[in-house]
Amino acid sequence: MRLRFIMGEVWNGLRRNSTMALSVALVTFVSLTFVGAAALTQMQVQQLKDAWYGQVEVSIFLCPPDSYEDNCAAGPVTTAQEDDVIAVLEEGNVSELVDTVYVETRDEVYENIVAADDSGVYAQLEPEDLAPVLRVKLHDPEEFQVVADATAGLPGVETVYDQREVFDDLFSLLNSATILAAALAGIMMLTAILLITTTIRLSALSRRRETNIMRMVGASRSLIQAPFMLEGAAAATGGALMAIGGLWLAVRYFVEGWLTSSIAWVDYISRDDVWAVAPWLIVAAVGLALIASLLTLKRYTRA
Amino acid sequence: MIRFDNVSKVYTRGARPALDAVDVEIERGDFVFLVGSSGSGKSTFLKLILREERATSGDIWVAGRHLNRLSNWRVPQLRREIGAVFQDFRLLPNKTVYQNVAFALEVIGKSRRDVKATVPEMLELVGLAGKERRLPHELSGGEQQRVAIARAFVNHPPILLCDEPTGNLDPGTSVGIMRLLDRINRTGTTVLMATHDDEIVDQMRKRVIELKGGQLVRDQDRGVYGLETV
Repeated sequence: MRLRFIMGEVWNGLRRNSTMALSVALVTFVSLTFVGAAALTQMQVQQLKDAWYGQVEVSIFLCPPDSYEDNCAAGPVTTAQEDDVIAVLEEGNVSELVDTVYVETRDEVYENIVAADDSGVYAQLEPEDLAPVLRVKLHDPEEFQVVADATAGLPGVETVYDQREVFDDLFSLLNSATILAAALAGIMMLTAILLITTTIRLSALSRRRETNIMRMVGASRSLIQAPFMLEGAAAATGGALMAIGGLWLAVRYFVEGWLTSSIAWVDYISRDDVWAVAPWLIVAAVGLALIASLLTLKRYTRA
Repeated sequence: MIRFDNVSKVYTRGARPALDAVDVEIERGDFVFLVGSSGSGKSTFLKLILREERATSGDIWVAGRHLNRLSNWRVPQLRREIGAVFQDFRLLPNKTVYQNVAFALEVIGKSRRDVKATVPEMLELVGLAGKERRLPHELSGGEQQRVAIARAFVNHPPILLCDEPTGNLDPGTSVGIMRLLDRINRTGTTVLMATHDDEIVDQMRKRVIELKGGQLVRDQDRGVYGLETV
C-alpha cells in the first residue's frame, strides 16, 4: 500500500512539476555526457597504449666504430661486451621485466637503414660502419626506465632509446583532453547538484500542505521524504539515459562510422565501451539526486 | 490520557514563558475546552501534546507515552494516537472528499481493503455520504470541516485535538460541528478543543481549562467561557 502510495505521489509530483523535472533531466544529461566522454576518452587512451606499447620496443644501440659518445671512447663494441649486455637483460635484475631480446645484426641494421632511405644520404655506408642493435620487448612497457638505467652506461652501449617517446606527445594530448573533460564534468556535476537541490526544495515547498498533513496523521519521516527523493532520482536517471543515448550515437556515427574509415590504423573504442560506462552513469545520476535530497529535505520536511 | 506536570515552555531565552508551570490532567473520554485570549498559550499547549515542540521543563505524558523521553523516530507513532482538526481545515485542494480522508490511512500503510471499508463509514458518521467525489472548493465551510474531522478520526485515535474548529464557521454550522464532536466524544474519544467561541462553551457545559499569560488560571467542570476564577 505504501509503495503504491509513494509511486502515486512520485507520479503526481513529476506530472505537476514537469518543467522542473525536465530541467533536472537536461542538466544531468549534459553533466553526465561530459563524465561519460571523459571516461570514454580515458578508455581510448588506455586502448591505444595497450595496442601501441605492445608493439614498441626498447632499442639498445651498441657502440659502432667512430662513435662520438663518451661511453664509446674505447672503440666499437666487442662480442664479449655484447654478450655482457644480453646477460644483464636475460639473467640480471631486470630479467623479470624483459620479454624477449632480439639481436639485430650489422647486416640487418644496414638493410633497414638503406631500405628506409630514399634520399641516398646513407648510400655510402657499409655494414662494417655500424654496430648491432638489441631490440628488447618488455612485459610492461612502462618499466622502460628501469631497463634503461640497468643498461645505459654499460661498456659497449652507445644509447638506449624508447620508441614510446614517439607516442608520448599524442598521449599527453589525449590525457589533457581527458582532464579537461573531467574538469568540465566536475563543474557540471556541481551545477546539477545545485539545480536538483533547488528543484527539490521548490517541490517540497509547493507541497508543504501535503507534507504537513502527512506529519499530522503520523506518516514517518522516510515516507514523507521518499517521494521527493524518488522524483529527483527519476528525473536524474532520465538525464543519465539521455547521456548514454548521446554517447552511443556519438560512438556509433562519429567513431565507428567516420573515424574508423578515415583514420583506419587506430584501434578505436566501440559501443561495447559505452555499455560498460552506462551503469556507472546511472549510479552517478542516482547519487547526484540523493546528495541533493539529503542537502535539502532535512530542513523542508521536518518530523 | 494527557498529563502535564509543572510544564513550562520558553521559546527564546529571557522571554516571558509561553507556558508557565502548568499542571493538568485530562482523563480518557473527557471533553475539555481550552480557552484564553490570543497569546495565552493555547497553541503551545496543543503543540506540546503533538510533540511539535518540546517542553523547556516539566513532564508530559500523552496516551501512555512520556514525551520528554520519546525519540524523534517514535513521534509518528504518537501522532497516530492523536487526531488533529484546525480552523483552516487543511484539506488537499486537488483531492476529492474520499481521497482526502483516505490519504490519512494510506500514509500510515493501511491496506486498500481497510481504506475502502473505513472511509465510507467515516463519511457516513460525519454526514457526508454521497459527497465522496466532491472537491473541497465545491463544499461549504461546515462540510469542509466535517471532511477534516473525518480525516482526523478515520484512524479512530483515542485523542482528538481541535484548534478553533468553528473559528471560520457561522453559528448555525458551528452547532452542527459541535454535535459531531460530541458524538465522537461519546465513542470514548478524549476531545480537547481550543476555542474563542463563548456561546458554544456556555451551551455545552463541559470541563473548561483557561490559560492566561501562559498560566493555568481555571480548571472547572461543566464550566462557562467567561468566568475568571482561580
